[in-house]
Amino acid sequence: MSVIIILLIVSISVAALFLLAFIWSVKNGQFRDEVSPAVRILFDDKPAEKNEIPNLKQAESK
Amino acid sequence: MAKIIPAPPALPCYHCGEDDKSDNLLAYGKSFCCRGCKMVYEILQQNGMCDYYSISKNPGTSQRIQTREDKFSFFDDNKIAASLIQFKDEARIHVNFYLPQIHCSSCLWLLENLHRLEDAVISSKVNFERKEVDIVFDHRRISLRKIAELLTDIGYEPYISFNDMGKKMPKVNSDKIYKLGVAGFCFANIMLMSFPEYFGIDSKEQDLLVLFRYANLVVSLPVFFYSASEFYTSAWKSLRHSYLNIDAPIVLAIWVTFIRSVYEVLSGTGGGYFDSMSGIVFFMLVGRVLQDTTYRQLSFERDYTSYFPIAVTRVYEQRQEAVTLPEIKLNDTLLIHHQELIPADGILTRGKALIDYSFVTGESMPVEKEMGEIVYAGGKQLGSNIEILVIKEVAQSYLTRLWNKEELGQEKKGAHSFVHLLSRYFTWIVLSVAFFAAAYWYIHDTTRMWNVVTAVLIVACPCALLLSNTFTNGNILRRLGRNHFYLRNAQVIEDIAAVDSIVFDKTGTLTTGRYNDIEYEGSSLSAEQKQHLGALADQSTHPLSKAIVAWVGITDNRKVMAFKEIAGYGIEGIIDGELISLGSRSFVTHEKNQMPDGSVVFIAIEDELIGKFSFRNQYREQVPALLTLLGLNYYHMAVLSGDNAGEKKFLRNLLGSHTTLLFNQDPSDKLNAIKLLQADGKKVMMIGDGLNDAGALKQANVGIAISESNNHFTPASDAILAADELPKLYRFILLCKANKKVVLAAFVISILYNLIGIFFAVRGLLSPMIAAVLMPTSSISILLITFGLSNYYSSRLRLK
Repeated sequence: MSVIIILLIVSISVAALFLLAFIWSVKNGQFRDEVSPAVRILFDDKPAEKNEIPNLKQAESK
Repeated sequence: MAKIIPAPPALPCYHCGEDDKSDNLLAYGKSFCCRGCKMVYEILQQNGMCDYYSISKNPGTSQRIQTREDKFSFFDDNKIAASLIQFKDEARIHVNFYLPQIHCSSCLWLLENLHRLEDAVISSKVNFERKEVDIVFDHRRISLRKIAELLTDIGYEPYISFNDMGKKMPKVNSDKIYKLGVAGFCFANIMLMSFPEYFGIDSKEQDLLVLFRYANLVVSLPVFFYSASEFYTSAWKSLRHSYLNIDAPIVLAIWVTFIRSVYEVLSGTGGGYFDSMSGIVFFMLVGRVLQDTTYRQLSFERDYTSYFPIAVTRVYEQRQEAVTLPEIKLNDTLLIHHQELIPADGILTRGKALIDYSFVTGESMPVEKEMGEIVYAGGKQLGSNIEILVIKEVAQSYLTRLWNKEELGQEKKGAHSFVHLLSRYFTWIVLSVAFFAAAYWYIHDTTRMWNVVTAVLIVACPCALLLSNTFTNGNILRRLGRNHFYLRNAQVIEDIAAVDSIVFDKTGTLTTGRYNDIEYEGSSLSAEQKQHLGALADQSTHPLSKAIVAWVGITDNRKVMAFKEIAGYGIEGIIDGELISLGSRSFVTHEKNQMPDGSVVFIAIEDELIGKFSFRNQYREQVPALLTLLGLNYYHMAVLSGDNAGEKKFLRNLLGSHTTLLFNQDPSDKLNAIKLLQADGKKVMMIGDGLNDAGALKQANVGIAISESNNHFTPASDAILAADELPKLYRFILLCKANKKVVLAAFVISILYNLIGIFFAVRGLLSPMIAAVLMPTSSISILLITFGLSNYYSSRLRLK
């Protein structure tokens, strides 16, 4: 019997974690713009061959 | 960039892809259509950011129209700047710009790499759907003005209007989403903990059952107090207007269910119906959210303030200063630049005005004004700079007053959805069933009376009706959206279905607003002469000149000598030794006091009049077919045009004899024409495109704004329709009409479940198990029926 109670607590807290994650993602604006993240992710993988000089500049400024 | 191949002049512009060869430039082995495009390329190349061009092909927008150098000087005024800034501390400023040019992944890349062009930019983030960029920058190192100019330099000129003043980031209202999340969480957990209720539990473990019941009670509290508040507020609002909407009986059912369940748990008589309650709240919220999916990239609320500039230049004691619109006072002198909108009524005091009123009146030809004449707000100055003396402040100007008319300020008298009416009948039936059941049990077994009454109320709440309505609406809105017909909200579907009278604006709605239909009258032209005309017209960027160039079809390049363009009058030049003039009659013949002649261009060779071109707006493809189709289906139609009556005959033929054709309509005439129709008891749909139709769009039962492209600004309306999709209008109307059928069909089927439930309920046998099975199956079958049927209808109408 006590096992069931532990299981119950565990299951509800896991579900609550997901609920919190959901609320956080909405608050964070993850559903506000559904186009740019999909495009943005492609840029990071681009080899930065031509970008060496500006990258340096950027590093300096930081 | 390894191989440098000299680009042949026929290549489209490397920056914007424009195919115009008129003043092609070659540089860096690329071809550019204009200096602006080349400059953008140079900036990017110097900063090693040519990736811009490899992500998408010809990603830029044409830079042919150069931005005035000191256009953003108003940012130097702290007050104006402060009204646009969202956040500021000692080091940083957060600002949000609307950049209508954003359209591809290159744009995104470039704008998010702004810090590589300018060190002081700390971060920039694009919202693609809203076409906005959020920029954070170090204001100690760069001014806001410089940021705006930097964006302009790379081809993304921010669009800043009067409307942006003091606008803080619109708070996205995600309440409903949170409520939905909470309801889903509680629903699933309650279902899980209700299993002992459904299947029974060993009598030795009764304690556990009680524990689960109390846990259910606790978990259902957020649903009852938080998630369901959506329905409480809406029901309360309508009750205060002494109107019973569908949410009222739903709230009743939720409360009855909750109170009875709490009673059962506390008294230890049963497990209650927490699962059913949270289930219906969850499904109804899903329906609401589906139905409310809005088109974030569109605005249905634009008024004149989004068209007006945020600041204009005031000339004061020989100095020029930027002032915001509300600060403009009587007798101020304003300097209006090329392509700028006149913000207030005034008298022209300097310069030659050529004003494009298409915005206000729909008349497509620019109007000339001489010094001393009155110019009205809303006109766009073309050509040189002018000065005007303000005679009416912005709030008092003709256009603004038209907009602020009282009757337009009011909300549309809400035609209430048939669903509310139906729910009322439904509620009465349910209440009487509950009453008769109560009477029966009062006689036979008083102890079971309350049990039965509450069970009937629980089972028979009109949630099935609400569900079928919201799911159908949501799906139909999405189907229409896929066809580029965007409705403001679900009520518009029913409004469209009820329409029996359709009013069209002409210019820009039925026609494309471009001059593609040319007719030549006069002595016949030789091929040689045609080429001469084309070469001359090619020198000008006026829309009519462009049309002439297209008509001639230039085959070779001719040299034009002594070219002269007089804005608003015409052009002339010497080609192969012949003086050719194109333009208004008074311009080509040098006679005075000629009547203005609208869309006609006269031709003179060596000062001798030889003929004229008349231009007609081209009707959109398939629009005549649409009008015929609507006529055949007994729609009353009318055309209101701000233009002259030149095409009356053509339209009369197209629309038949019983239609109303009104020309030279100003905005208030259009509004009154709609009112007149409504006074006749007609349900009017108005389709228009410009600010001149704004009053009529608002007055009509359904106002549809036609949009040429995504960047195009549309006035406030109930729906926005992409211009290319106008021919599908009749099919859209049919789909909206199908909406009601689908809702009713889904409702009737779901009532069957209710009947089964009531069958158990009146006998006092509604077990939690039955309720738990009926509720989700009913909801899911509604979902399947509504989606299936509405998709079936839209594919039968050959809609995407």
